[in-house]
Amino acid sequence: MKLLRNLLKSPMFVIGAGLFFGTLLLALVGPLFADMSLDRVAESYAPPGDGLLLGADNLGRNYVALLLHGLRNSLYVGFLAGIVATTFGTLVGIYGGFKGGLIDDLLSVTTNLFIVIPQLILLILISASMQEGRSLTLIALIIGATGWTWSARAVRAQSSALKSRDHIALARINGDGTFAILLKHILPYLASYVFMVFIIQVASGILSEAAISMIGIGPLDTQSLGIILNDAKANGALGDGIWWGIFPATILITTIAFSLYLINTSMEGVFNPRLRRE
Amino acid sequence: MLKQYPTLRFILQRGGWYLLTFFVAVVINFALPRFGSDPVDIIMGMNSGGDPATQLAKKVSFLKEFGLAKLDDKGEVMLDAEGQPVKKGLAEQFFTYIGKTLQGDLGTSFQKYPKKVTDVMGDAIPWTIALQLPTIILGWIVGNLLGALAAYKRGTFDRVFFPLALLFSAIPFFVFGMLLVYFFAVQWSIFPAVGGFAADIVPGFTIDFFASAAYHYVLPFLSIFLISAGGQAIGMRSMGIYELGTDYIKYAKWLGVKETRILLYVFRNAMLPQLTGLALALGGMVGGALITEMIFSYPGLGMAMLTAIQFNDYPVIQGVTLVITTCVLIANFTVDILVAFLDPRVKAGLQMGGN
Repeated sequence: MKLLRNLLKSPMFVIGAGLFFGTLLLALVGPLFADMSLDRVAESYAPPGDGLLLGADNLGRNYVALLLHGLRNSLYVGFLAGIVATTFGTLVGIYGGFKGGLIDDLLSVTTNLFIVIPQLILLILISASMQEGRSLTLIALIIGATGWTWSARAVRAQSSALKSRDHIALARINGDGTFAILLKHILPYLASYVFMVFIIQVASGILSEAAISMIGIGPLDTQSLGIILNDAKANGALGDGIWWGIFPATILITTIAFSLYLINTSMEGVFNPRLRRE
Repeated sequence: MLKQYPTLRFILQRGGWYLLTFFVAVVINFALPRFGSDPVDIIMGMNSGGDPATQLAKKVSFLKEFGLAKLDDKGEVMLDAEGQPVKKGLAEQFFTYIGKTLQGDLGTSFQKYPKKVTDVMGDAIPWTIALQLPTIILGWIVGNLLGALAAYKRGTFDRVFFPLALLFSAIPFFVFGMLLVYFFAVQWSIFPAVGGFAADIVPGFTIDFFASAAYHYVLPFLSIFLISAGGQAIGMRSMGIYELGTDYIKYAKWLGVKETRILLYVFRNAMLPQLTGLALALGGMVGGALITEMIFSYPGLGMAMLTAIQFNDYPVIQGVTLVITTCVLIANFTVDILVAFLDPRVKAGLQMGGN
């Protein structure tokens, strides 16, 4: 609670959280008010107006509906990818850092091997090989499975610093097993840190999905903010200056990423008092 | 071993490490495309036009070249009773792949048959290097200078600069690229939207060509430069603020050391973790820059990969991913060695025999 009070004092956090919950609310409540059908309702690239708040795409579909579908799906992919990457990374990091020795060495070597291979390259190799069956969920899982490395590395450093604390030794004497200690005595110390890692992973998951969708190997037969942008670019919206095909989706993606970064940075500021504004 | 040459020992150690990573990358490059589909089926399923006999002959030559099918004594592809080629086992395929890759043979492009993958990439690599190398290095330098300044000044400069840098680092590369195209190319027609040079110019060592290339360079450069500078500035700002609060700086201030000198100390010490950070961020930057190339149809590796993806041209996709991974590994290795030479702490650690 004290943490929250401190966070609320930071204008950066308030703006970030406000923007993020704003987009979240839009994704959750928007469909109640907007017509979500993706049928042809207007001519190709009909401009905003005539009951179409943001115009229509090249197939004459209502952009408001497209964007709401896209936003929901992008958030879904981001959260799922974030959960997978954070959970897996945290498990590897916390276990390796605490255990030390050979297991730690093995886990560290694996982490460090994969950390230098660009995630986008892995995503392209996997996605391009799958001609069909690329669902939102599958893409999210793949993004999570290729993005865990740096969260493992970050958590490992924290976990290994904790392992020689007195209360860990006491828990050992008490007869607690490794997993009990990890869960009861180490994870709580890292909770805020893991949460920050999670936030960045969500942002990175959303951006990764958008990136591979821009290349044309994202999820199939569905909408996402990246897919909307790819469609718009592929069908000439960029060259013809169809701003309603490009701006709303870019603004949504940037707002989500920016708000999550703001939340993360403001939390860093609260945990590390030196960064606070004097 | 090599105890008396700690630096050399370190370089060899890191080199060995990156060699191992390279090997893993090659294995991944072999294995991942086989997750969803079998390359033999893809080749056999290709429809390249022409009569069935020539199609089969072309497919068989692909199978032979990629080492996917068994060969008979005469070095021809073995055919089964139905006239279909006999597949090699996965392990055998793997060793053929490794052998060919190490010889620098990445196969033939499906789409641009009979052009070799290495030739397809050879045309693209100079563009990618010309775009990415200076942009990332310059972004790093400028970002760090601004970040250090923000950490030192704080106040109004920081209050404006920091959220702006944060915003820039949060904008995805492709989004920013599209915005630049929209405004500077489509709306205001100041810069060209696509390509690496004007269509009516023949590439060569002529003034016209370089002028045109420079003109086309501006937007892709800006889009990568601003975003990487923003990301670096944020990191440097935190490091700078941290360093400014350390005891040695307080002591130096108390001694009355000149401000510029203190800034120099701060910059020097905060720069090294930033250099390490660059190594970690490099993969992401290169990935982002590849997508920037696609937005601008810049004739580099990103564009080559996009075309390959659209035509299911696996040999080119695999070739590009391998080359990019290798370049990122080499860059990381260079940064590692640089840090070791620049950082007195790492140097001292080396001389004490640690790693």
